[in-house]
Formats: sequence, structure tokens, C-alpha cells
Amino acid sequence: MLKQIEGSHAMAEGIALCRPEVICAYPITPQTHIVERLGEMVRTGELKNCEFINVESEFTALSVAIGASAAGARAYTATASQGLLFMAEAVYNAAGLGLPVVMTIGNRAIGAPINIWNDHSDAMSMSDAGWMQLFAETNQEAVDLHIQAFRLAEELSMPTMVCVDGFILTHAVERVDVPEQAEVDDYLPAYEPVQVLDPNDPISIGAMVGPDAFTEVRFLQHYKQTLALRLISEFAGEFKKQFGRDSGGLLRTYKIDDAEVLVVAMGSVNGTIKDTIDEMRADGIRIGLVTLVAFRPFPVEALRKVLVGPKHVVVIEKSLAVGMGGQLALHVDLALRNVAGAPQVHSVVAGLGGRPITRPSLHRLFRRALVQPWEGTHFLDLNEEVIAKELHYVRKVRRSGPTAENLLRRLRTGAQKPAAD
Amino acid sequence: MTAEVRPLCKPAEYKSDIKPVWCPGCGDYHVLMSFTRAFAELGLPPEQIAVISGIGCSSRIPAYTSCYGFHGVHGRSLALAAGLKVARSDLTVVVASGDGDGYSIGGNHFIHACRRNIDMTYVVMDNHIYGMTKGQPSPTTEPEFDTALSPGGTGLRPFHPLVIALASGANFVARAFSGNPNETASIIVEAIRHPGFSFIEILSPCVTFRPDEKAWKDLVHPAPVEATNDPGKASRRIMTDDGFNIGILYRGDRRPYQLHMGQASAELAELEREFET
Ligand SMILES: Cc1ncc(C[n+]2csc(CCOP(=O)(O)OP(=O)(O)O)c2C)c(N)n1
Ligand code: SF4
Ligand SMILES: [Mg+2]
Repeated sequence: MLKQIEGSHAMAEGIALCRPEVICAYPITPQTHIVERLGEMVRTGELKNCEFINVESEFTALSVAIGASAAGARAYTATASQGLLFMAEAVYNAAGLGLPVVMTIGNRAIGAPINIWNDHSDAMSMSDAGWMQLFAETNQEAVDLHIQAFRLAEELSMPTMVCVDGFILTHAVERVDVPEQAEVDDYLPAYEPVQVLDPNDPISIGAMVGPDAFTEVRFLQHYKQTLALRLISEFAGEFKKQFGRDSGGLLRTYKIDDAEVLVVAMGSVNGTIKDTIDEMRADGIRIGLVTLVAFRPFPVEALRKVLVGPKHVVVIEKSLAVGMGGQLALHVDLALRNVAGAPQVHSVVAGLGGRPITRPSLHRLFRRALVQPWEGTHFLDLNEEVIAKELHYVRKVRRSGPTAENLLRRLRTGAQKPAAD
Repeated sequence: MTAEVRPLCKPAEYKSDIKPVWCPGCGDYHVLMSFTRAFAELGLPPEQIAVISGIGCSSRIPAYTSCYGFHGVHGRSLALAAGLKVARSDLTVVVASGDGDGYSIGGNHFIHACRRNIDMTYVVMDNHIYGMTKGQPSPTTEPEFDTALSPGGTGLRPFHPLVIALASGANFVARAFSGNPNETASIIVEAIRHPGFSFIEILSPCVTFRPDEKAWKDLVHPAPVEATNDPGKASRRIMTDDGFNIGILYRGDRRPYQLHMGQASAELAELEREFET
């Protein structure tokens, strides 16, 4: 049914259609509206046969989900930012145990400094834990990816994160087609766990594994992710048949055929990028876009197929591996490793801590890729003046104090003098 | 603790120039007022005080004081404060938290901070709700209180922070009400003066998500009996009171945590003296 609806509520309704049996929640902005709407649906009876358990922390939330999943229940939780980091140990645990929990991440920056706004640092910090990670571009896709996520997770018995941009998606009111229950039931079979509590064969989960088998357990986890590469496309195909929409898959392309510059990005920023591309194409610049949906497993082959041809690839990402640069860019480099005639990869970090990524900035950036292509990582819209002043100050004064407070004071007062002078 | 009263600063001098972003009428304004009055009464210069917090509306308080402040991650204020106190035992450490920060996500630290009994004062602004994230139940929320995250109420027995503090070894236990800032200030003064881990539960209404708590001002009353030094007696009293008894409920005499570093250097100093003579 078509609805004008807040993203979080649409996602909650989509998740409810997947008939979760245990939902665990601890509030954190910008994820809270999703679980609150699910709580309401439990109260009103719109969501039946579901135990909704409010817990005292994210660590508890995912741990409860793990316990429920190990007992054969379809389990769901959601978090963001600090909450994801706080549950990190359980994140690895769920993956290592092969339990198909589905978790929404309302993507938000990580502190310090405290910041509640959107970027992808949280999801990226857990990308190697063994979960599949799918990034939504729109709220429609966010709803659809949850439905696909339960199917994927349970088919492979592997936990899955659906990553949705905090505020930009979670809090935006948009038109979303929320599917009918019968359609979702057709698409998503009842959960058939690979591990059950079998009275004839009680086992203890959580074995200690030594050097003799640890590598093999990890290899199989990795191998399952390679199987996911095929399944993600396959299930997106089936989804299209059932619901008539292109949602999910490994990646999508936009105007790439004759492109001399290709942009690679994840999440909601793809909308702005497409608008920019349309404007630049009107100016005669041959530019196209590759939207990554799956970050884990990372679709090396699929990317290689679309990226070979143009001269330049600009990778825009909302996260930073401090001391290394763009993480997604490094992944794209990997996809192009040992490829003859591979394009040059230009890394851009943008939108950290909620800084808007605007079309004028993207125009300048994409043109620069053609005129003055750069090496290393470029930070979009960096305030170089403030940085220069802070660096100067830090060189001069040993007890320069906390960086964040210094910058804030400088921005507030526009003072020429360093904050603590 | 230097208890000597020096009229050094006026209460206003313990306030920073940052304007609080609390909702109008929030109980936490009064808690801030009690802090500044208590610090002034103690005659401690702001730079001798450290106010440490986690995350929550209540945890914004350090920035509103002119003392050293640390706004940590959600739930970790007591652990942070332990590190600060052992590194700078000369500072007066006040830890500020909320019922979410302190009792749910940080609940484990609460128990162990009481056990450790480091000389600091722990103030929890309890509004029986997560204010900052807009109205979810905390461990002190009534079981029937209905929220989106607890459809039909949690149905859970509320956490009893004062009794847990007693059972875990806190050395000073009090209940205060934000609406009586003078009384709260004097409780804070006594808590800071008392050696070891002092715990004050301040009932501080969240007018936005718990407007019903505006009625607290009519429910609170002074505790009918003096503080005891018997944790068993204090627990029994607290377990059976109406939850609105205000005052100092327990003053213990457990030996506070001793700094090993301090001990070692004291021993060294003694040795040196021995050789000198
Ligand atoms: C690890 C983590 N999880 C969740 C949050 C979101 N969060 C911020 S404050 C808060 C609860 C605050 O409640 P309380 O301590 O009672 O403070 P109040 O706002 O009521 O004063 C939550 C859940 C967070 N910041 N970090
Ligand atoms: S939400 Fe509640 S606790 Fe937070 S500032 Fe407003 S009244 Fe105070
Ligand atoms: Mg609270």
C-alpha cells in the first residue's frame, strides 16, 4: 500500500511483515523511532506472536537476540553509532555462531567528539565481523532490504545488517509502498533454523576451538559470504518478480555506458549524485554512477565488470579509516587489483558527522577529477583556514588542549588568536 | 577532604557561560543550583573540582559548571572518575548521571564503584525516564508506565538504587529532591566531606516526558529518623519507606580505597627519613 510515511515507521512496518518473534531494543538516536513503532505495533496487536523486550543496553539487546536466535526464533534488533560499538563483542559472536539475526543500523557518526548526525563510521567499524551489510538508498529500498535481509540471513544462517542513513532516511517522510502481508509471506518462508534445540541431541553451543580448526571455521564463514554474492542478486531478482521493484542486489548503475568518469558511493547520497550527474551530462560531461548496495560481501567481480573502461573512478564515502584514508576507496582499489587498463581511483571523504553533501560541491569535485585528478584522499569542503590555524597553534603551544573544543571556539568567535592564548 | 570553609567564590562563579539547553522547568536546573551552592559552601575553588558525567540530559551538567568537566560515553562516568581520582587524588570528584546512564547501561559500574569505595560523590538525577532519547523506561520507571518501547508497561519491578548502593558498600547514602536546592546543597556538602564513595539519589522531574512528576514537590518530606551507620537498618528503612523520604539515610565508616601509588611513596618517604636520622 502506498503511504506518505516517516522512514523509520515504514521500515518498522516492513520488519513487522517479516513476522519477527523476538525484538530487543535499547534507544539511540536516530534509530529509536524504528523500534518504538514496532513496540506500538505489538501493543495494538498489529504485530502478533512477538515478544518485544526492552533491555538495559545494546550489549544486552544483541545478546538477547543471539539467545533467541540460537533457540530457533526469528530475532531482530536495531542500533546506531555508540550502540553498535558497545555491542561489538556480541556482533562478532552472532557471526561466529552463524545466527541469522537481522539488525538495522541507523547510520550515525562515532564519538568523540559526540555527534548524532549521519555518516557511515558505525557500520564500517563492524564490516569485518562476519555480518552481511546492505546499504539502502531510499526509504523504499530500506523497507525492501529488510525483507530480503531476513531471507538472506536465514538461507545462509548468517546475521545481516541493513544500513540506513540516520535522519536523512530514518526521519524523512516520503512515499513508500509498504507491501501486503500475503506477498511478504510468499517471498519469505518460515524460518527453518540450521541449529535447533533437539531433545534427541542436546548440544552446547559456543565450543572452544583451538588452532586445529579455528582457521577452517573462519574460512567457512568467509566462504558463505562468497555464496551470498550469488544469493543477493538472486533474491533481489525474485523480489522484483514478486513486488515489481528493483531493490537491493549487489550494485546498481546509472548512465555508465559511455562514461569517462564513474562515481562510486553507498546510501542516500546517491540521489544527490544522480541529480549532479544529470546536470553535468547536460553540459556534455560523460559521467556515470555505481551505487553499491552490498558492502559485505564485497562484490569484487561485479564491480570490476562495471569499472573497467572509464579513465577515472571517484569513490565518495561517509567514513574515514583514520591514518589510512578512504575505506571504500581501498575496497575499490582491491576490485581493480591486477586489472590491465584499470582506471585511476580517486578517494573522497565527505559528509562526516552530518555535513551536507551539496550539488555545487559535487560539481567542483567531479570536474576536478577530469582536470586535476588527485592521489590520496580528498576531504570534501574541508575548512582549511580553521585547520591551518589549529595546526599553527598546536606547533606553537605544547599544552594546546582538546582539539574539538579549540575548533568550536575558533568557529564561534572567528578569533585570530588560538583558543587558549 | 579540606572541610575548612573559605568564602572564596560565590555560587554564580561555579557556573560557566554556557546556557543550559534543558527544557524550561526541568529539575536539573535546580540540581545545577545545588551544585554551585554546595561548592561555594565548601569553599573549593572551581579548579579543585572535577565534574564527570556520561550521556543524558542530566549528564550535560559538567559543561554548565566552571569546574573541570568530562562528558564521557554513555554509562561510563564512574569508571572514568575512578581513573581521574587515582591520577589526581587532590581533586574533589563529583560524578553526575541519570537513571539510564547510571542504572541501566552503566549499572555494573555502579555496583563496583560502591565496592571500590574511592573517595568521590556520585549524584544521580533520577527522573524515572530516559529524557534525552525522548521518553523510554529506565530501571526506576514504574512497571505500569506505558511507553512505545514498553508496550503496556515494562511489568518489571523497579531497581532500588539506594539499597543496591548499601548492599554493594557505598559509604554514604542519601535521597534528595531537586526542588529543594538548599537542602540538596547541604546534602552534597556532607556527601563530599564524607570519606569514600558517597551516593545521592536526587529526584529530579522530567517535566516533558513525565509531567506527572511535577507532583513530587507535594510528596517529598524529610526522613523521619536520623541517618544510621548500620547498612542493614538503613536498607530495611529504605525498603519500606514511601520513596519520598528526603535526607541523609546512611553514613558508613568503611575505609575508603587507598591509593597504592600514594602508599608506596609514603613508605619510601618513611624509609628516607629513617636513613636521614
Ligand atoms: C551506547 C549508547 N547507547 C544509547 C545512547 C543513547 N542515549 C543517550 S542518553 C540515553 C538515556 C539517558 O537517560 P538518563 O541517563 O536517565 O538521562 P536523562 O536524559 O533522563 O537525564 C540514551 C539511551 C548512547 N548515547 N550511547
Ligand atoms: S527532556 Fe526531561 S530531563 Fe531532559 S531537559 Fe527536558 S525536562 Fe529535563
Ligand atoms: Mg533519566
